Amino acid sequence: MTVVVAIGTRKGLWLARSEDRVTWQVDGPHHAMQEVYAVAFDTRSGLRLLAGVSSPHFGPGVSISDDLGATWEESSSPPIAFPVDDAALERVWQIQPAPASQPGVVWAGTQPSALFKSTDGGRSFEFVEGLWNHPHRPEWEAGFGGQAVHTIVPDPSDPDRVLVAMSTGGVYRTADGGKSWEARNKGIKAYFFPDPWPEFGQCVHKVAQHPANPSRFYAQNHHGVYRSDDGGDTWQSIADGLPTDFGFAMVVHPNDPDTIFTFPIEADGRRFPPEGKCRVYRSRDAGKSWEALGTGLPDNFWTAVMRDAMCTDNAEVPGVYFGSRSGEVYASPDEGETWHQVAAHLPDVMSVRAAVIPT
Amino acid sequence: MKVTVLIPGVLRTATDGAAHLDVDVPEPATLGAALDVLADTYPALDRRLRDERAALRRYVNFYVNGEECRRLSGPATPLPAGAEIQILPSVAGG
Repeated sequence: MTVVVAIGTRKGLWLARSEDRVTWQVDGPHHAMQEVYAVAFDTRSGLRLLAGVSSPHFGPGVSISDDLGATWEESSSPPIAFPVDDAALERVWQIQPAPASQPGVVWAGTQPSALFKSTDGGRSFEFVEGLWNHPHRPEWEAGFGGQAVHTIVPDPSDPDRVLVAMSTGGVYRTADGGKSWEARNKGIKAYFFPDPWPEFGQCVHKVAQHPANPSRFYAQNHHGVYRSDDGGDTWQSIADGLPTDFGFAMVVHPNDPDTIFTFPIEADGRRFPPEGKCRVYRSRDAGKSWEALGTGLPDNFWTAVMRDAMCTDNAEVPGVYFGSRSGEVYASPDEGETWHQVAAHLPDVMSVRAAVIPT
Repeated sequence: MKVTVLIPGVLRTATDGAAHLDVDVPEPATLGAALDVLADTYPALDRRLRDERAALRRYVNFYVNGEECRRLSGPATPLPAGAEIQILPSVAGG
């Protein structure tokens, strides 16, 4: 088995490969000097790599490789373009292939906050007007990193159901293929408002779902860690047992809907791991209890892990991966028990995805 | 009306390697009209120079006979016959 990890950074994309997920060969940069906020492996037929790339000079786009970075294809016309007068694409924050039952469908989340849908594997995208025309949109604000739809969770079986999260704005859900959207933030606190329990306006950092239990979601909020057991209608805190409720990442174990991983950060005002110790936290019981995982991870780690810089692969015993703003990437071949360094001294890591290379 | 557009090395992958392009611009000839003509033949170049609203990308400079167009009239800058448009990436990033 060979696993490939795509590492998107502020200055390009690196690819790491390993037979044992302990020792790694790293090549790159691909798309040097371009920001890579979004990467995705499309495992539905072969292994397609999609990257949301953005040049400070020449603008954003989507680049596709069907040979793991040996060659890249970028369409001559913009693959994602706003068909409106008052917005232009600034950055692609999320690329999310749909479930295997919807071949060719790929979703993209953008800055400014909008959703796009591709039906040709990511070569071209259509604007989802229903979300853009939502009456709440004028009140969606930019967070520190910009205003963006950064999370897209397609339902595993119903192609009409999609959940998105944006900062700020929070969670929105459609049940009609994107025509209409409802805010779904009940129970998620927005401490930075005079009324901390608004219908929308939350700064939800990441939402994750397991396909075997599609009515359950996990969310890492801008202070707050939550679970929903009713499809996002209501959210309950699962932050007890964590050293802090701040963070960006939230990842579900691909074979166990009760197992989740996160990377706690001390606070909004202190964006370091608690005590500067690099630790992944894992829950095996859907957030009722948590354990720190640090074997092989450093202390004196004064950096942070961004919302899309943590993931698992699709191996039978899944590996877990994360990268930091300090350009370090770690892998665990055993569900978080032990960790090994994949790469160091890269630019700020913004996105990490991993997959087994099909034989 | 004919003008010449100078392409920086970093963008020549989008012009089949051409370093300068002769463009026949319809009247009234403006920088924007010249870019519109270029876009028809070289869409991959155009998307790097302008966004989907045809706004000039912030960190790309367009010199019309040696003067940066933003100190003139931007895309509406009139082009005299034989004008030279030099495209240069500006200072950006870190």
